[in-house]
Amino acid sequence: MKKFDKERVLLAVAGPVIALIAAVALTSVVLLASGKSPIEPYSLMFEQAGFSDVQVLIINQAGMYYLAALAVAIGFRMNLFNIGVDGQYRLAAMVTAVVGAHVSLPSGLQIPLLILVAMLTGAFWAGIAGILKTTRGVSEVVATIMLNAIATSVIGYLTLTENFGVPVGNNQTTGVMHKSGWFPGISMGDSGEIYGFVVIAALGGVLYWLVLNRTRFGFDLRATGASQSAAAASGVNAKRMVLTAMIISGAVAGLAGMPILLGDVHTYSLSFPTGLGFTGITIALLGRNNPVGIAFAALLIAFLDKASPALDYAQPVAYDKEIAVIMQGLIVIAVVVSYEAVRRWGLRRQQQRVGEELAAAARAAGADNGNNGNNDTVKEVAAR
Amino acid sequence: MKQGHTPRVRVRPLSLSPSGECAIDASTSPPPADRPAACAVELVGITKRFPGVVANHDIHLSVRKGTVHALVGENGAGKSTLMKILYGMQKPDEGTIAVDGDKVAFNSPADAISRGIGMVHQHFMLADQLTVLENIVLGSEKLYGIGAGARRKIVEISDRYGLGVRPDAYVEDLGVADRQRVEILKVLYRGATTLILDEPTAVLVPQEVDALFDNLRELKSEGLSVIFISHKLGEVLSVADDITVIRRGTTVGTAVPSETTPRQLAELMVGSELPTPETAESTVTDRPMIQVEGLKLLADGESGRALLDDISFTIHEGEVLGLAGVEGNGQTELIDALIGLKHADSGVIRMSGEDVTDWATRRRREGGVGYIPEDRHRHGLLLDAPLWENRILGHVTEKPNSRGFWLDTKGAQADTRRIVEEYDVRTPGIDVTAASLSGGNQQKLIVGREMSHKPRFLIAAHPTRGVDVGAQAQIWDQIREARREGLAVLLISADLDELIGLSDTLRVIYRGRLVADADPATVTPEELGSAMTGAASGHLEHVEDGAATDAGSAADAPADATEEAAPEDEAR
Repeated sequence: MKKFDKERVLLAVAGPVIALIAAVALTSVVLLASGKSPIEPYSLMFEQAGFSDVQVLIINQAGMYYLAALAVAIGFRMNLFNIGVDGQYRLAAMVTAVVGAHVSLPSGLQIPLLILVAMLTGAFWAGIAGILKTTRGVSEVVATIMLNAIATSVIGYLTLTENFGVPVGNNQTTGVMHKSGWFPGISMGDSGEIYGFVVIAALGGVLYWLVLNRTRFGFDLRATGASQSAAAASGVNAKRMVLTAMIISGAVAGLAGMPILLGDVHTYSLSFPTGLGFTGITIALLGRNNPVGIAFAALLIAFLDKASPALDYAQPVAYDKEIAVIMQGLIVIAVVVSYEAVRRWGLRRQQQRVGEELAAAARAAGADNGNNGNNDTVKEVAAR
Repeated sequence: MKQGHTPRVRVRPLSLSPSGECAIDASTSPPPADRPAACAVELVGITKRFPGVVANHDIHLSVRKGTVHALVGENGAGKSTLMKILYGMQKPDEGTIAVDGDKVAFNSPADAISRGIGMVHQHFMLADQLTVLENIVLGSEKLYGIGAGARRKIVEISDRYGLGVRPDAYVEDLGVADRQRVEILKVLYRGATTLILDEPTAVLVPQEVDALFDNLRELKSEGLSVIFISHKLGEVLSVADDITVIRRGTTVGTAVPSETTPRQLAELMVGSELPTPETAESTVTDRPMIQVEGLKLLADGESGRALLDDISFTIHEGEVLGLAGVEGNGQTELIDALIGLKHADSGVIRMSGEDVTDWATRRRREGGVGYIPEDRHRHGLLLDAPLWENRILGHVTEKPNSRGFWLDTKGAQADTRRIVEEYDVRTPGIDVTAASLSGGNQQKLIVGREMSHKPRFLIAAHPTRGVDVGAQAQIWDQIREARREGLAVLLISADLDELIGLSDTLRVIYRGRLVADADPATVTPEELGSAMTGAASGHLEHVEDGAATDAGSAADAPADATEEAAPEDEAR
């Protein structure tokens, strides 16, 4: 049994490692093709990661990515592709910012209220796609893409000055939130402040693992994702499961914007980060829907994000910081290919091992299983 | 071994004389063209293994030129795999394929087509928005162009074989039978001389079937060969020149239609040579466990055809009710209705007197319904999950799998080890995935899991299908033991000996109705088989001369009787 455990760890690590090596190699090819050093950008970026202020930026960014990726991963575990995390977190952040600016409770109530508002908004937005899928059979992929676009318009409308918008210079904000709703950070001195919400994100990862792997509900969810027909026969109500998974995914997505909203900017404005949801898909894929894997993946992508701007100012040769974007894209492709390859290879290997071990056991017992079938045929023929 | 009902068919055990009528040594020159029995296609010793299962084992098939050769067998017997091998979609692990006497190896369907083998799939592969002409030339533009040349060729083929295809009609305007003719023409256009038709009649109404058979005879008279895959025995007998029967992945014999009855063929298909499990003493009580009254289930969609109609039966504690029937006559739907996957349109299901008609699946399973599914990969297992998670499947709310809201992984793992031990599941550990076990061991795990929850009512669909003989006896033992303790069992099986041997009561399902009942102590597989094709109904009284009595309706013509046996599960 120990042997199989080691095997599993090997298989789990092989996928991402192969993918990353392939992505780095391909990026180097791109650099070579454009006549630049295929190695130096990496050393420049690693150098950046040595600075403590960049480290803080990376951790803060990774916290938001982590929540977005968890939201995507919940869908993935159930074979649902929630592309709408992007719209869900942006709408949730905007609504939360508005509530935070207009409601003033003591801190102990204000922060839970804001978190609740964010989760409910995200859940509501994802729930629309869930209801469309369960009642009308609309693919959640299509529905959530549409809802992303609609979310952008809804946010645009609600942040008009005659609604909840507050113009600040040439930026359009939702007004500054009351201080009681500011989430305390962890000060790192001159290097900046780590968002306190990063801790919530980490707790989210623990909860994700607990619920999926240690509860009945999580088992039903995973079973439905693995085989809908088997899950239905085992008593899972597939439609309800789709809706529930979508709502939970949306609720977690709603939290993705909270670290920066509650910890730093305290208002929703035109410069609020976008695209977290899409990067979250990459990260969930790279992290194999595993909470620890997602954490590493989130840190990696955040590192690429935050260490790459320095490439533009490198001396004596400047590199394009878009190298990091190319690399992210290559990672996605490499991940999909290498995971499937490793999965198939692992399954074949396991089947062989099982076959070998059983054959060995059968030989030891003096009754070869494989021969049984042949004897049987002979008997069958003889009977005629 | 039961020798009592060996079929009186001229059965040739193929593994003893492999090449049948048209033995051609592939190493010598092709036979003279005037020899009528020349082989169009010959398969020798074909074996194909998939992980954990042998789909085909030592298959022999010889198709003479200018004949319709039927390949019959139960669902899952391996017909489709064999045809995929012949059509180049899969490669055999062992064995050889010879076309017109030459040994060939196909890497893709294109190779097969170039050797004159064409396939008409069960599900048509036509583009609705294109015309017949466009559909036919699509992908073969090089042959006769896309204009007047192609049109001429299509009309010529259509006239020659009496297909009546209009080149300019849009496919979306055509009915099913016309589309099928387009598919056939498509294959002929590409120069096929051997046509594989996969369950061609499944989608046709009787008149269309007759028309199709006329077309086939036309093809045959022009010297083409047809491989006709079916499990509708009446049809097979009316159109085929030769019949090869395939069972459990291997060819078990050939038959000559003129000397064979559907009943004999059915027996060959399901086999009756296995040691029968005799149930020693009756354990049937008078306490009803499951009562089904007037159960009716309609098909989805507009047709609203009754999939199940007026199904009523009672299973008592300690009773095994065996349900015989050709596959696709409502067995799957009955299981779905009993397990709660489909809800009855009318009728009542009672368990221990309690009305459970509206209960959801989980509630029924918690209430003591065990389920050994007919398709264990789709309904009984999570193939990529470890064994211990599969042990939880279906019983996640019950001990030892969970405590309240939380899973009890330790408990489940410990109990999985017990099941592996007690039910002799051959596995190196409980952390391997279910997919890496062989079919028989997967089945033992499922049986062990279901029995571990002390079911009060067990639905056992083909519990020993694809299971080796040793495991088979073991599974029978388990069912008998539980029955002694008061378990009520609904046994659905294609293996008539299994049914007769295990059951206390026998019913026959035909076109969604329970048409006949029989006493397993006296009935023979032949008598059951006759009711399965709709030729007999009512109470089957055993008569010493071996003929089934017809207590109810007049016997239909066998060809007609099997028409409706469209297999729902193959259509998925």
